[in-house]
Amino acid sequence: MTGSILFEAIVFLAGAVVAVPIAKRFGLSAVLGYLIAGILIGPYVLGFVGEEGDDILHFAEFGVVMMLFLIGLEIEPKNFWRMRKAIIGMGGAQVALTMAAAYGGFMLLGYEWRVALTIAMAIALSSTAITLQSIKENGLWNTTYGASSFAILLFQDIIVIFMIGALPLLSTGPVAVDDGHGGGEGLLSGFPTWVQTIAIPVSVAIVVVAGRYLIVPMLRRVATARVRELLTASALLIVLSISFLMEQVGLSPALGAFLGGVVLANSEFKHELESTLEPFKDLLLGLFFMAVGASINFIVIQDNPLMISGLLLGTVFLKAVVLYVVGLLFNMKTDQRILLTVGLAQIGEFAFVLLSFAFGLHIIDKEVMDMMLVVTALTMTVTPILSIVTDRLILPRVGTLQEEKHAVDHIAKTHKVILAGFGHFGSSVGRFLRASGIEATILDNDSNRVDLLRKMGFEVYYGDATRLALLESAGIADAKLFISALDEPDAVSELVELLQHKYPQVKLMVRAKDRYHAYDLINMGVEHIYRESLDTSVRMAADALHELGHRKYTAYRQAQKFIKSDDEAIRRLAKEKRNSEEYIFLAREEISLQEKILEEDIKRGLIEDDHHWDSEQMKILAKESLPKDSRQSQSSS
Amino acid sequence: MNKILILFAHPKYERSTTNSVMVDQVKDLAGVTFVDLYECYPDFDIDVPREQRLLLEHDIVIWHHPLYWYSCPPLMKQWIDMVLEFDWAYGPKGHALAGKKVLQVITTGASREVYCSEGRNLYSINEFLRPFEQTARLCHMQYMAPYAVMGTHRLNRDQVTLYADQYRQIIECLHSGADIEQVKGCVFERDLPLSQVSD
Repeated sequence: MTGSILFEAIVFLAGAVVAVPIAKRFGLSAVLGYLIAGILIGPYVLGFVGEEGDDILHFAEFGVVMMLFLIGLEIEPKNFWRMRKAIIGMGGAQVALTMAAAYGGFMLLGYEWRVALTIAMAIALSSTAITLQSIKENGLWNTTYGASSFAILLFQDIIVIFMIGALPLLSTGPVAVDDGHGGGEGLLSGFPTWVQTIAIPVSVAIVVVAGRYLIVPMLRRVATARVRELLTASALLIVLSISFLMEQVGLSPALGAFLGGVVLANSEFKHELESTLEPFKDLLLGLFFMAVGASINFIVIQDNPLMISGLLLGTVFLKAVVLYVVGLLFNMKTDQRILLTVGLAQIGEFAFVLLSFAFGLHIIDKEVMDMMLVVTALTMTVTPILSIVTDRLILPRVGTLQEEKHAVDHIAKTHKVILAGFGHFGSSVGRFLRASGIEATILDNDSNRVDLLRKMGFEVYYGDATRLALLESAGIADAKLFISALDEPDAVSELVELLQHKYPQVKLMVRAKDRYHAYDLINMGVEHIYRESLDTSVRMAADALHELGHRKYTAYRQAQKFIKSDDEAIRRLAKEKRNSEEYIFLAREEISLQEKILEEDIKRGLIEDDHHWDSEQMKILAKESLPKDSRQSQSSS
Repeated sequence: MNKILILFAHPKYERSTTNSVMVDQVKDLAGVTFVDLYECYPDFDIDVPREQRLLLEHDIVIWHHPLYWYSCPPLMKQWIDMVLEFDWAYGPKGHALAGKKVLQVITTGASREVYCSEGRNLYSINEFLRPFEQTARLCHMQYMAPYAVMGTHRLNRDQVTLYADQYRQIIECLHSGADIEQVKGCVFERDLPLSQVSD
């Protein structure tokens, strides 16, 4: 069934295209969809993919490298420096505790200490790919959970270098040939140890210096060539070169890519690089997850179902307990701690590297390796499911507990205003209301912010504002006004629909992310729509007019008129039928939207300057006719 | 039956007892359109076409406002500046408002005695309101003698109610089509706050 690269590509792509939308439909994460697709196309179900799945796995790990490069791009160096305590503290605690516990466990199971130690190392590592991908998918990047997970994963990325470095010391037999992956000894293997040791900081320095003095000038040059695909080529070139360099000196390519990303985070090409690499990363990660799914060896499971399931449960449980303890040690809120506990409880992709490397070094035998590989892949499949379970069953309860405890002392107050979302937008709304003596009831899903706001005396309900139960406990039934300052258009529309259906008497005021979103809201019948990009930008343009010599009041009045006419236009355009069939691609629809707006502007022409306080017209007329009537006295003033 | 447009301008209406009692008496009367200018145009961005349309739809315009610094609040002046356009309300082709009547209804903190040649303010209310009178005339409208509720700082609830009642009667009289002399006859004899119509 195999052999042709094209056929393989078709199998994987088809698997993704079929399985992921189905998973999404059932409210599962894309990661899980990919994993399931992998299992299905794997050797034990449909058999489209055989042993070569392992090679694909190694190839697809490059997606992880790209992901870390992209993450690095998001983190400016000074923020990275600020995270160092979390990285070392949380990461160190997690790795040390997990390793100790796993080592003890496997010693008790009767394994030799070397084997136990190797397995413990593998177990201590979590999956960057799965965790960060699902954090991004769920928009939890800016929560404590997101930051802590990232810190721990980054520490693991660093520590894995030392683990790989330490493995040969455990070896008793002859050192086998490197598998060409991760911790391989590349160019420098012939050199004495001290050269290799020095090579590590030197190569890091090379990445940092090259980032600034080689890559950026190169990108500038490429940009002036104005050939779009060259930028894609350069982006790939950068990531591949860094990975290659890192492999040569025995560092993790992912870590190197991350560093490279951080170095380029301040450059003007940040967004270009992001947008060009993003699709590659997503595809490769998808491939990676599918390869993990395909690599689950069901024969091993069949031979030893008890042992495997025991190990699976034991490992996840052990990792979860350690993570929970780490969360406690670092004072995380209950819900964030639970997220962390479940989120990082799987064994990560580095385990594939570590275990096969250890096998090559004859530290572990084939049986142990196969068993642990299966356990690893299974944990990667199980934890996304666990996350869904916690999300649906456990977290709502944790949230409700906190809010009920708090609601008691405010129960007498009837709040007239409910404000959903207290981010940058919502906080301005809430602060202004408070400054005017109105205490709005706030709904927010960032537990740290909730905590702060409660400390400041706000009445805050924690949780997803689109949940009816939360709205009801916040008192939606008595509310006069509901202000939605949420960021996510889909969530807002869902919320509006819910409120219009269940509580039509509550007046809605809704923040619209953009024009597009405003259309939807208008068509849903929302009257009070606040486009977050309208007033500020027009005020800016009015100031620009002022800078060009217009008088401020005139510019201000022009701005008022512009906003008014834009508002009329949007209400008119919203009614126009949208060919959603025709515009499958958002970008194309946006362009056609822009076209319509610009056409409207042309139709209207320049905003008419009115003749108020303007005596020019009168003067002209006064010259034409004899100055006999009383307007003379007006115009002369 | 005259249709009456009350243009009310008070930047701090919610704190003015006198004006709220007065407004409550008239705003829902039959034939009356009540426009709270500060409520409609908090940003002073007056919708000129709308205001002109309203003017055309009514026969009598009431300018109702407190007297601040011997004049109207700024939004009322903005309204005059914006709405009474050249060649619409005045000027060679400006006859849109011809024949309509204007009544100015004002409240003042100081009492009537202060507004006279012997008082602190030296001039009478009518003299201070000359610019409005002339504005109406320039727009070919008939300016009626103003109705002033004065000394509001010292009015008690009953007195305020009395004035508000009187205000309602004036509006009702005007609505029923009584002309300016009849209105004077039927309402103002009790207190006679009106000074003479200046023309």
